[in-house]
Amino acid sequence: MNREDFPMLKNNIIYFDNGATTFKPVSLIDTTDYYYKEICANAHRGDYEISYKVDTLYEETRKKVANFINAKREEIVFTSGATESLNMIANGFFAHILEPGDEILLTLSEHASNVLPWFRLSKMTGAIIKYIDLDSNLHVTMNNVISAITPRTKVISLAAITNVVGDERPIKEICKYAHEHNIFVCVDGAQSVPHEKTDVVDMDCDFLVFSAHKMCGPTGVGILYGKRELLEEVEPTNLGGGMNESFDSVDQVYLKELPTRLEAGTPNIAGIIAFGAAIDYLSKIGMDNIKLYEIKLKKYLINKLKKIPHVNVINEECDSGIVAFNVDGVFPQDVAYYLNKYNICVRAGNHCAKILKNAIGVKNTVRVSFYFYNTEAEIDKLVELLEDKNRIISEMI
Amino acid sequence: MDSNMKREIILDNYSHPFNRGTGGDEYIKVNSNNESCIDNIDLYIKFNDGIIEDIQFDGEACAISTASTSIMIKNMVGKNVDEVLSYIKNFEAMLNEEKYEDTEFNEAVVFDETYKQGNRKTCVTLPYNGIKRAIEEYNNSTL
Repeated sequence: MNREDFPMLKNNIIYFDNGATTFKPVSLIDTTDYYYKEICANAHRGDYEISYKVDTLYEETRKKVANFINAKREEIVFTSGATESLNMIANGFFAHILEPGDEILLTLSEHASNVLPWFRLSKMTGAIIKYIDLDSNLHVTMNNVISAITPRTKVISLAAITNVVGDERPIKEICKYAHEHNIFVCVDGAQSVPHEKTDVVDMDCDFLVFSAHKMCGPTGVGILYGKRELLEEVEPTNLGGGMNESFDSVDQVYLKELPTRLEAGTPNIAGIIAFGAAIDYLSKIGMDNIKLYEIKLKKYLINKLKKIPHVNVINEECDSGIVAFNVDGVFPQDVAYYLNKYNICVRAGNHCAKILKNAIGVKNTVRVSFYFYNTEAEIDKLVELLEDKNRIISEMI
Repeated sequence: MDSNMKREIILDNYSHPFNRGTGGDEYIKVNSNNESCIDNIDLYIKFNDGIIEDIQFDGEACAISTASTSIMIKNMVGKNVDEVLSYIKNFEAMLNEEKYEDTEFNEAVVFDETYKQGNRKTCVTLPYNGIKRAIEEYNNSTL
């Protein structure tokens, strides 16, 4: 769909690494240009025309993001990415409420950014990290969530869809159960928000984080969503310009209202305004259409891969556009190098989920992650290249 | 050497690498992994009076890294520390398209055109980074 909008796709490239980042539509590139060429001023500053224009567009983007996930505008904080958002939640919120012996519940297939901030927090506060067991398909089931919860569980932090095997977690049910037991739920939406409709009210999560660049947006922009009353309690991890009301001495520092208080310093203004264009773009296509199309592509690829005896699909059962597989006896990196010779970009590795190897015994995989601009014809080309194992081996070096 | 011959040597060293193993107590163990990819090997090096008596390796890595490790081990065993360092200097010069002397590369010449594929240079140099660290460790232990 919509391939003509993406300049990168004119470079004779087949891009199957959308879990890592996505290509950008012309409208986003033009908006970035517009900012730098015509309205290059700081936000929340000058009393002149272009700065006012920047302010307006900046805050309009916040409204667009809020609408996109059904939140309120003051619940949307701009960050540099999902990673920074998660670190802010851990260090600015949970660092102040966790006590020794409290439990932080994660899963073994989380991305590093949803593991390492909690590891440090555990060291700092004496809270304990525990994991929800994954079932044989590496999925999170409600039963396993319930059995992992104890009276000491304070927070569950997990991805809505993982970047490794693309499984979708029952977030709404988890939130409901967790809240009945006074547990906070923090959702990593980096792999879900770009690919399906997100509704924070329906889901009822306490925090949600995601990155713009994985959804046709610019790099260096991310979102921290938090329920209003919780964001109020988030201590700014960065202090500086733009976020204070006034200050005279150590004891007299007054901070601004939400969400500005959590956005110290000059933000990535060009990126944030351009992100507004990306959201308009995705909304026009429709998130439900994107989801359906990606699942169709995924099924198409899996059906073809299953017919190749030397290919093992790791995650046949999942509801997202991520396919992880291995070629018998060929190191994933070599498969990726081989495909690269034909301008096909796939990812080889553990996809930043380094603790997952303990759970699946497969350390590394080749990962194909789709976006709506991929096509069945591109998949045909990939499959054709994987069909002959001898060809892979002779051409991989 | 023509490219088919090079490919054969690399594949042969990949399929049947030299000295896969995990050494013993008298070996120095170093891990070598690439930041940008998933190659990850452990090298086990046995020094005796300044001479590398044996090297073994274990781990998971791509064809180029594995072959490079296998070939490196064949070339290094029996050399003293100075010879090894001078070999590595020359070998790295070859990979970087600089002036070098090929007196002892043997099968390692298969990598003389690796500079053309920049992203695979780190695969070739993976085991050499490990050996350099092991030598540092050895030198420190004998000070």
